[in-house]
Amino acid sequence: MIGLLVGAPLLGAAVLLVGGRFLERVGHWVATALAAVSLVLAATLFFDMLGREGEDRALHQHLFSWIPVADFQADVAFRLDQLSMTFVLLITSVGTLIHLYSIGYMEHDPRRRRFFAYLNLFLAAMLLLVLADNYLLLYVGWEGVGLASFLLIGFWQHKPSAATAAKKAFVVNRVGDVGLAIAVMLMFTTFGSFAFEPVLAGANETGEGTLTAIGLMLLLAACGKSAQVPLQSWLGDAMEGPTPVSALIHAATMVTAGVYLITRSGAIFNGAPDAQTVVIVVGAVTLLFGAIVGCAKDDIKKALAGSTMSQIGYMMLATGLGPVGYVFAIMHLVTHGFFKAGLFLGAGSVMHGMNDEVDMRRYGGLRKYMPITFVTFGLAYLAIIGFPYLSGYFSKDEIIYAGFSKGGAEGWILGGVMLLGAALTAYYMTRIMLLTFFGEKRWQPDAQGHEPHPHESPLSMTIPMMVLAVGSVGAGFFFDQGEAFVHWLEPVTGLGHGDSPVSHGTVALAATGVMLLGVAGAWWQYGRRPVEAVAPSGRWITRAARRDLLQDDFNHAVLVRPGNYLTRGLVYLDHKLVDGVVNGTAASFGGLSGRLRRVQNGFARTYAVSMFGGAAVLVAATLLMRAV
Amino acid sequence: MSPENYLYLSALLFTLGAAGVLLRRNAIVVFMCVELMLNAANLALVTFSRMHGNLDGQILAFFVMVVAAAEVVVGLAIIVTVYRSRHSASVDDASLMKL
Amino acid sequence: MSTLASLAAETSTSTGEAAQFWVLGPIALLGGLGTVLMRRAVYSALCLAGTMVILALFYLANGAYFLGMVQIVVYTGAVMMLFLFVLMLVGVSSTDSLKETLKGQRLLAAACALGLGLLLVAGIGQASTGSFTGLAQANSEGNVQGLASLLFTRYVVAFEVTGVLLTIAAVGATLMTHRERLERAKSQREQAEARIRENKHVPPLPAPGVYARHNAVDLPGLLPDGTPSELTVNPTLRARGQVREVHQEALAAVRALEQRTNRHHGRAETPGEPGEGGANGANGVNGKGVGAGSDDEGAVTDAEEARK
Repeated sequence: MIGLLVGAPLLGAAVLLVGGRFLERVGHWVATALAAVSLVLAATLFFDMLGREGEDRALHQHLFSWIPVADFQADVAFRLDQLSMTFVLLITSVGTLIHLYSIGYMEHDPRRRRFFAYLNLFLAAMLLLVLADNYLLLYVGWEGVGLASFLLIGFWQHKPSAATAAKKAFVVNRVGDVGLAIAVMLMFTTFGSFAFEPVLAGANETGEGTLTAIGLMLLLAACGKSAQVPLQSWLGDAMEGPTPVSALIHAATMVTAGVYLITRSGAIFNGAPDAQTVVIVVGAVTLLFGAIVGCAKDDIKKALAGSTMSQIGYMMLATGLGPVGYVFAIMHLVTHGFFKAGLFLGAGSVMHGMNDEVDMRRYGGLRKYMPITFVTFGLAYLAIIGFPYLSGYFSKDEIIYAGFSKGGAEGWILGGVMLLGAALTAYYMTRIMLLTFFGEKRWQPDAQGHEPHPHESPLSMTIPMMVLAVGSVGAGFFFDQGEAFVHWLEPVTGLGHGDSPVSHGTVALAATGVMLLGVAGAWWQYGRRPVEAVAPSGRWITRAARRDLLQDDFNHAVLVRPGNYLTRGLVYLDHKLVDGVVNGTAASFGGLSGRLRRVQNGFARTYAVSMFGGAAVLVAATLLMRAV
Repeated sequence: MSPENYLYLSALLFTLGAAGVLLRRNAIVVFMCVELMLNAANLALVTFSRMHGNLDGQILAFFVMVVAAAEVVVGLAIIVTVYRSRHSASVDDASLMKL
Repeated sequence: MSTLASLAAETSTSTGEAAQFWVLGPIALLGGLGTVLMRRAVYSALCLAGTMVILALFYLANGAYFLGMVQIVVYTGAVMMLFLFVLMLVGVSSTDSLKETLKGQRLLAAACALGLGLLLVAGIGQASTGSFTGLAQANSEGNVQGLASLLFTRYVVAFEVTGVLLTIAAVGATLMTHRERLERAKSQREQAEARIRENKHVPPLPAPGVYARHNAVDLPGLLPDGTPSELTVNPTLRARGQVREVHQEALAAVRALEQRTNRHHGRAETPGEPGEGGANGANGVNGKGVGAGSDDEGAVTDAEEARK
């Protein structure tokens, strides 16, 4: 049953990739149907799980022995507990909706079948990632989603920018993957196993140093996959992919894999406070980084990408807080999955109606033309900025509260940073909202001179948006009913209670307050007066933020250029030294053979002479032996 | 006279044959010189047979003859084939197997 | 047979055998030398045949009666005839130059042969015991019966294997020399029709030979302008390169005749004709006819020099 969950989309990917032109007409429906099969299976499993009591809810399924070599036992085994279940539901539901959405969005793309094959491949890999019962299998899923992400970012490979972005994402992710590989190796040497249970159980009896090392390596992996500082640079460029991909992979699911990894490895981090501190720092820095970038971008998808980075920063920070934060990190992850996917689908819908224009300064006043998109986008917007009683309000406030409960100066700093982040969130989201849907129209003909005619998207696109909007509005409230989500996850992640210097109510009030401040700020800048169609040059901070806070320049200066010099030096050494020795040896042998080969003149009689000479020598030797 | 004289004669004929193989260019003559060497060896075998008083030497000589006959057949066929394509029976002309 | 049988049965050799050896041995050696040194392959073959016959006699003297007969029948009879047959096929008139073309080959070959010969002789001398057993007992039931009993008992596997070998050799030789005819051979009538259709060589091919002085088949006939016609010589001879280039002699002779006539009449000499073979023409004037053999040799040496 669990295997089928992964198998259905995998089958879809295989069939679509191998199937050929025959599937051109129905391929997208096949893919969507298989994603829906996964969703139905997941729902069945979920209700099945609800029927059991807390401790018995986790399911294990051992499929087959994968690499059995002496002590090295790697199995293909699945583990479906509450944490996996949460992810599975999120992945399959958002995944199915986005499959549906893509049917409309990719309608005119000649390579649609391939696109859906990759989407299915992604679903399979992601489900494998969250269902794996050991780190090695998780690694397979981890690489699988990386591959799918690469293929989908570069889906429009005819655009050089897309191809480059795909390559960049792949390379940056490799850095993180090396971290995961090292972590897995460390686990095997330390615990003698990859499986979650022995590793997490053994973490209690292992030295802090080892745990810190493993934790930091896991964090490196998480940074790569979840676009956290310092491996954040790929996410903005990843928006070159089709918008449904951005929504599914680079907003709702794959980028949250890092949060899953750290939450799943909670026992390791609990034993390594230093690693936890690093996680918190990474989360906090990314939170502000993404928010600042999001404030400056005029490209609607890149602004949303900055937002994604920032929101995952929240989750990362929460996981760094330990058992106090795990549950809320996952809760925020789920709610974020809904509203961010909704926002991206909305953005896609807007682009769909605007001839693929992405510059928000050329939108304006679209609410009249795209009412459904406007409403769904608006609901998701309210959810993300933490409007009271919508999804974001519950999950984010809990994280802020958990930050405060860290205690002491750290608590205040973390709380302050997160409140600042909340204000920035409200600011950039309001900015997007105002630039896109309000004000007067600033459309311009595109390069081919086509005047855009904004129109509402087809039903296959709006229905997913509506569903996601409902999720954005209701998920938080639903999760908060009698702390349902907390009780649901508690058996897996544990739950801690810190003593916060401020009460829940105060945090909620403060968060709402800064949110209103952010909204007001954005309105002050973009709502009061008409927006320029061309971005003003802005101050240094704006310019830097537009360039992603110089992340690429930093990478280039610190990594690329020294790497180039190193490579050039090595190439020089290789040419002069290694090749010199090798070629010298070869040349000397060549010269020797050049002389020796004259013996081989091709004349049979010369060979015969040497043969007879040899025979004579043999006879002589025989006689000599007899004489002696 | 001792039968060893046959052996000396055999050695001389063998050497002559060897020299012929080394010196002549006409493939057919080279081949005949090989036959001469084989015959010399046969003479030695027959003489050994007599000296040792058993017939194994003659049997061996018999086999040498049979193999020589087979060799002649195949060898001459090769010569004819080569001659047909290259219009030459010189062993030096077929000297392409070199660098 | 009985006298022969008694001959090798002794444990010492008779005077008659010694006489036979000292008379025939040198002849056998001469035959061997002839095989190696004769320039014409046919002579080589005949020398070899002679040596083989003498060896057959020595076999008989050594009590190998069966082998002696086989030697004559198989070697001198079959194998040597095969050699001659192939020689005829390849071209009987071609003689080999004995000039050595490989550097140092003759020296090395001589050293090797001498060394090997000396070593063999030394070896035999060292191993000689002075006495021998004789075949009296082994041949008591007859040489052929003795051989047969050995051949079909102890050596039966080898015997079978050589049988297979012979079969393979026969099939192999057939395969190698066999040429698949890819199309039906044209009948005489069809050939004639084709000739008419092509309108080329409609009459019979011109005959070889010139001026009734040289009418050999390997001499090309001359066309009216004095150039030789390749067509007049049999294609097989042409392929073997055995066409005599006699036209140059003829041309030179004609030129010489004209020259003499001019001198006789006291006319100025015609300016030197750009003849193709001035040097050969001079040869012709001197009356030294260039024989076919030396011509060929010249061609061979030319080719060899070109190769070097």
